Amino acid sequence: MSATEEKTTCYHCGLDCDSTKIAVGEKIFCCNGCKMVFELLEANDLCQYYDLDRTPGTTPPEQGTETKFGYLDDSSIQQQLLHLSDGSTATVVFHIPNLHCSACIWLLESLYKIEPGVLHSRVNFLRKTVSITFDRDQVSLRKVVELLTSIGYEPRISLENIQQETDRKTRQSLYLKIGLAGFGFANIMLLSLPEYFAGPGKIPSEFTKFFGFLNILLALPVFFYSGWDYLRSAWYSLKSRSVNMDVPIAIGIITLFSRSIFEIVSRHGPGWLDSFSGLVFLLLLGRLFQEKTYQTLSFERDYKSYFPISVLRISGEKEESVPLSRLGIGDRILIRNNEIVPADSVLIRGAGRIDYSFVTGESETVAKVSGDLIFAGGRQQGSAIELEVVKDVSQSYLTQLWNSDAFKKQGGTRITTLANQISKYFTAVVIGIASFAGLYWLVVNPNYALNAFTAVLIIACPCALALATPFTLGNVLRVFGRNRLFMKNTTAVEQLSRIDTILLDKTGTLTDTKKINATFVPVLNKRPLSRDELRLIKTVVRHSTHPLSRKIYASIGQEVYDGVLKRFEEFPGEGIEAEVSGHTVRIGSARFAGGDGDETTDSGSTVHIAVDGELKGYFRMNIQYRAGYEQLLKQLGKRYDLLLVSGDNDRERKVLEPFFAGEKALFFNQTPFDKLELVKSLQRAGRRVMMVGDGLNDAGALKQSDVGITISEDVNSFSPACDGILDAGGFSLLPRFLRYSSHSMHIIRASFVISFLYNAIGLGFAVQGILSPLISAILMPLSSISVVVFTTAATNFVAGKLGLKGYYGFKTNNS
Amino acid sequence: MNALILLITASLFVAIGFLITFLWAVKSGQFEDTHTPAFRILLDGNGKPVDKNKEQKQGNSNGR
Repeated sequence: MSATEEKTTCYHCGLDCDSTKIAVGEKIFCCNGCKMVFELLEANDLCQYYDLDRTPGTTPPEQGTETKFGYLDDSSIQQQLLHLSDGSTATVVFHIPNLHCSACIWLLESLYKIEPGVLHSRVNFLRKTVSITFDRDQVSLRKVVELLTSIGYEPRISLENIQQETDRKTRQSLYLKIGLAGFGFANIMLLSLPEYFAGPGKIPSEFTKFFGFLNILLALPVFFYSGWDYLRSAWYSLKSRSVNMDVPIAIGIITLFSRSIFEIVSRHGPGWLDSFSGLVFLLLLGRLFQEKTYQTLSFERDYKSYFPISVLRISGEKEESVPLSRLGIGDRILIRNNEIVPADSVLIRGAGRIDYSFVTGESETVAKVSGDLIFAGGRQQGSAIELEVVKDVSQSYLTQLWNSDAFKKQGGTRITTLANQISKYFTAVVIGIASFAGLYWLVVNPNYALNAFTAVLIIACPCALALATPFTLGNVLRVFGRNRLFMKNTTAVEQLSRIDTILLDKTGTLTDTKKINATFVPVLNKRPLSRDELRLIKTVVRHSTHPLSRKIYASIGQEVYDGVLKRFEEFPGEGIEAEVSGHTVRIGSARFAGGDGDETTDSGSTVHIAVDGELKGYFRMNIQYRAGYEQLLKQLGKRYDLLLVSGDNDRERKVLEPFFAGEKALFFNQTPFDKLELVKSLQRAGRRVMMVGDGLNDAGALKQSDVGITISEDVNSFSPACDGILDAGGFSLLPRFLRYSSHSMHIIRASFVISFLYNAIGLGFAVQGILSPLISAILMPLSSISVVVFTTAATNFVAGKLGLKGYYGFKTNNS
Repeated sequence: MNALILLITASLFVAIGFLITFLWAVKSGQFEDTHTPAFRILLDGNGKPVDKNKEQKQGNSNGR
């Protein structure tokens, strides 16, 4: 539709080309990069790309890529990236952030037409990955990456793909187990039906024998493959002297299986193999439901995936790209605009303007001059700078955080799920009843004793009980997902319901770093800026890359910029001087603009404006809190102990104090280590802590806390290791999420009651020694289904009550 | 009677055939990506040898 509009848009990427127009035939491109991609595709007969979707392309990066991927020639890097090297062919999986439409799929899967060295490429659209198999004799890894970059699909290369590989394997084996169990269940049920319909003893013995034999055959893989995990987990649990939910399940499974085999072999009866395989099948289904994973998200990232893989090293006249692992103390490195400083270094040349917001929580960029120390993790804003490395990457100020023991322990030892708590008593009670029934019959009628004993164990097998948690929490997980909170797993959801203390970060969590707005404050006794002056300023800041300039630009609004820029000069650390439409405009520090600095009483950062040598006033940068933060803090404060931990200074103390319980609940100027220690000390005092943060400086606290939630503007971008990623849009829903998680625990308790009721009915039959396979075949699925229906209905109902979007279908919601 | 036993055995073998197909499908990764194939089926000229493709492609780009 945009094609019919008067504005010309780029044939390749669809951006407006008002400033530059490059025409090739009838097609118009916005930049040389786009044109080159088109020409490359045209030369290779791949113009179908443009038929599949309108303006499918993305603008390829302009800056020189010659040296950028040099590190890919390094064999140690290659070893980590290449999946399997069979002879000269190798496979590599890249994450492509730009992958967005069907044309992208088509082009990426047609790579072999451009580069014959590529044998095969395959896209996974949901994960935004492309798996490329190529011939190493014909084309190098670096060439492949450069090709992708040159057509606008620059891969995001990181060395953290191993985790996904194991996830894939366990998921695959779960499918296999479910398939086998389902197959066994259906066929055994089919072969058991004649017996149930005809009644015991009515079927010719030759059939009973045949059916029994087939049933055993079908049940063997269900027991030894599909159900094996439960047996193993129960064994490990007993070995560590605890009783988890799998113990009563394992007891039930073993009793069911062995008694059935015994009955069939000794021709006592048809056995319970249908109940047995149905039980395993349903349990596995519960597990599948529980293991909802967000394929595109990663909850285990550390600083390595935030940092670049390589950096430009300057040795003499030469610039070469080296992997970070080979960066040593004393190396000279070059950091360009928007690149991250990978190790603590000293500035040698250039104007450093470092954005530490992600690392320390400071909201403003810091100016650095040569000789200053720059901590790793800062992002350079502006022109390129040259640095000398003074510390190893892993020993830098920030990265040391990952050496603390919070990152060493595997999994949480503090976690005991509700189900596991209950199963201890449950197992004891069940074994108690079974023994009692067995003893009773031993006295009254010894023939029934073993029957009654095993029947109790069979019917008490907590299938419904075991399904209550995964189905409830699985539903909660999905409801959260629909409302843009992505939790790592169901254990994290359960943990969420138990917290009593909430720690909040300020910068990037309560505030929106991208939306800092600027308001103009005129010099005393002067009028606000006129429309013409605003135009002048807007024209100037439009040409500056300084983050504050951009904020001023954004705050001026929809005024038309008609100024003609004649001269533009940027003084690093001071400001900009420019000539627009015959006026000289100075924008920058108070001294630079011609004031003496006295007119600012604001403690925040300010940008002063002078037009034709006359100081007009200054722009004040207001920190923008996220929408609804007051409401959020009030609601959370009622139920939980709220604490604020910020790496920033205490300028905002006055604004925030009313929401917290006094001065002591606000912590400012906290280092990443302080935050981690604070969480630890709270936990030592018996608190269950939730940390809500966003940056690398929160990484320690996020990891240490019982539940760590990361707030992110874009859930697919980097976020430190945590238990849940919350989309910034869902920020104000946080109190509801917490309430919902505690309601979900009530739902689990209620469904425990339901399953106990069924158990009681079954036990009624069992202790009398009259539990027939038929009753068990009806009772077991019935109890499981009631629990599943109840939890699904209840979780959706409560979600609706709380004003959260319910979960009704099986559609994934993160695509 | 024997006919029934024969039939049940035969049907079980058919069922096992489906089971094996399912196991193969899982092993070959068909359940890992359930989204992309839906696009892929609509795209022309995939997975074919380069040479054969040339002529066909010509027709395609002229056609649309």
